[in-house]
Amino acid sequence: MHRKILVTVIAGLALGACETTSDNAGSAQGSGSAAGSGSSSGGSGGSSPQVSSLAPGGVPAGSQEDLVTNIGDRVFFGLDSVSLSAEARATLEKQAQWLRRNQGVVITVSGHADERGTREYNLALGDRRATAVRDYLVALGLDQNRVKTVSFGKERPVDARSNQDAWSKNRRSVTTVN
Amino acid sequence: MRNIKQDVRFWVIPLLFAVPVLAMVMGSYPARAELKVDITSGKIEPLPIALPDFFGNDAQAQTLGRDIAAVVAADLERSGLFRLIDRKAFIQARSSLRIRPKFPSWRQINAQALVVGSTEIRSNGQLRVEFRLWDVFAGQQLVGLRTDTESRNWRRVAHIIADAIYKRITGEQGYFDTRVVYVAESGPAEKRVKRLAIMDQDGANHRYLTSGSELVLTPRFSPTAQEITYLEYRGGRPRVYIFNIDTGQREALGDFPGMTFAPRFSPSGKRVIMSMAQDGNSDIFVMDLPTRRVSRLTSHPSIDTSPSFSPDGRRVVFNSDRGGRQQIYVMDSDGGNPKRISFGNGRYATPVWSPRGDLIAFTKITQGQFYIGVMRPNGSGERLLAKGFLVEGPTWSPNGRVLMFFRQPRGGQPKLFSVDLTGFNEREIRTPTAGSDPAWSPPKR
Repeated sequence: MHRKILVTVIAGLALGACETTSDNAGSAQGSGSAAGSGSSSGGSGGSSPQVSSLAPGGVPAGSQEDLVTNIGDRVFFGLDSVSLSAEARATLEKQAQWLRRNQGVVITVSGHADERGTREYNLALGDRRATAVRDYLVALGLDQNRVKTVSFGKERPVDARSNQDAWSKNRRSVTTVN
Repeated sequence: MRNIKQDVRFWVIPLLFAVPVLAMVMGSYPARAELKVDITSGKIEPLPIALPDFFGNDAQAQTLGRDIAAVVAADLERSGLFRLIDRKAFIQARSSLRIRPKFPSWRQINAQALVVGSTEIRSNGQLRVEFRLWDVFAGQQLVGLRTDTESRNWRRVAHIIADAIYKRITGEQGYFDTRVVYVAESGPAEKRVKRLAIMDQDGANHRYLTSGSELVLTPRFSPTAQEITYLEYRGGRPRVYIFNIDTGQREALGDFPGMTFAPRFSPSGKRVIMSMAQDGNSDIFVMDLPTRRVSRLTSHPSIDTSPSFSPDGRRVVFNSDRGGRQQIYVMDSDGGNPKRISFGNGRYATPVWSPRGDLIAFTKITQGQFYIGVMRPNGSGERLLAKGFLVEGPTWSPNGRVLMFFRQPRGGQPKLFSVDLTGFNEREIRTPTAGSDPAWSPPKR
């Protein structure tokens, strides 16, 4: 219901998005003016196309690509830890601002663990991590109804290698636009 | 006799019209166990046993007789308690065995036990299998059984025979006529496809129960082995389900706001114990299946998970980090009197109560290694039985003498293994794909 439908009308825009996904601007400050909330002003004529505004990097504002490219969709956790580091809090503060700008967006926060724990405990740990992120976003003003959580434990690593580097990448939460 | 009929009804769906009937042949013999393997001690010297092909009265029966003998031999060999004597050494011809074994010729090749069987296709098309287990040195029959069944049941007949031999020699219930449910894995780790799969304990009759479209984890049998409780991410929501093996139907156990996970049946089969996550905290709950009423057993701001009932249903062992790191606790089945029982170095997880009640199996993580171990319910007598980069999720054979678990080497694929309670006789359980989360079917009733 809350789901925002983004239709990119011009093929060129989609192309632009593809070209610039690697361009991680990291300039969330500047995005405020450009992004706006996805204004869909119907044009004149029969088939009134919906128009989405673009965030920096040429991605549709309020989209997953926007979140990944301009804000950062994930935060990382220490070994066996659910506490939010300063870096994690900074990312989540940017996510909270971004969610304020994109009011229609509803998100799911997934919690993940590395492979060095047992399956069921890691499911519980992933749930704690996702909830810690949700609670922080809510404390920053996000409406509870706009965020869901899910735990995948150690079932969905981003890095399948078995070493410290991979494990630190896998101990994470990921924010996904529904 | 009644047992077997019941078992078959519980066990094999297509066999409703094909009940193997087991009958004692030639009355009962006084059981003075001269031939005995003590499986409770450490390293065991396997018992030399001779197992010629079963004698068949025609070509079809001969084929079945050979196949049945091969399955019996494989069961006995895998148990680590028997050494099959090379058939090339056999002196007495199979055809004359039916009359009576010539014991001196079996003693001569150091066979201590001898299995003599016959298969016959009856005029009604039924398969009749008879077998006798002989104590070669005493010249005495230890077991004699006859079964009548449809010939397609020949594998079950073989497992029943292996169970009878195991029981007569060890004094323990056999575990060969059992099944295993597990999670079959395929695809890259980042997008792993996981399916429930079921097979006989020797890997035969393998089939998939779910399609792989949804992530599934941690299957466990009901006490009747007709149902499996497990975790499924249907619609992106991780919840506890019950899967009916006969009908293929699955049903979510309740609709709770948070994740439900780590389910196990109670020994009566009337309840499912599980974890439920609420606002980031996982506690243990039990659901009464007839009424669907849910009771809370723990209420602690730590992670409480992996609950498992004692076989008498009066206690629950579980995993909690309430002491700062994962340890094993035992409480009453109403949640009272929680007591920590694990005190060694490292983290302890996935406790599972033995069907005999005497031990609790667990996963232990210490100094970068994973171990499968056992301890007594009061926490004493810890013994580690298997180790690896990742070993996890022990499950008990129904007689409480063997553990199955999975092992994943660094950078490798998970596979199923079994190991005796003595820590010896570790074996890989072969599966068509990578496999994890095994659950052994429960004790037969």
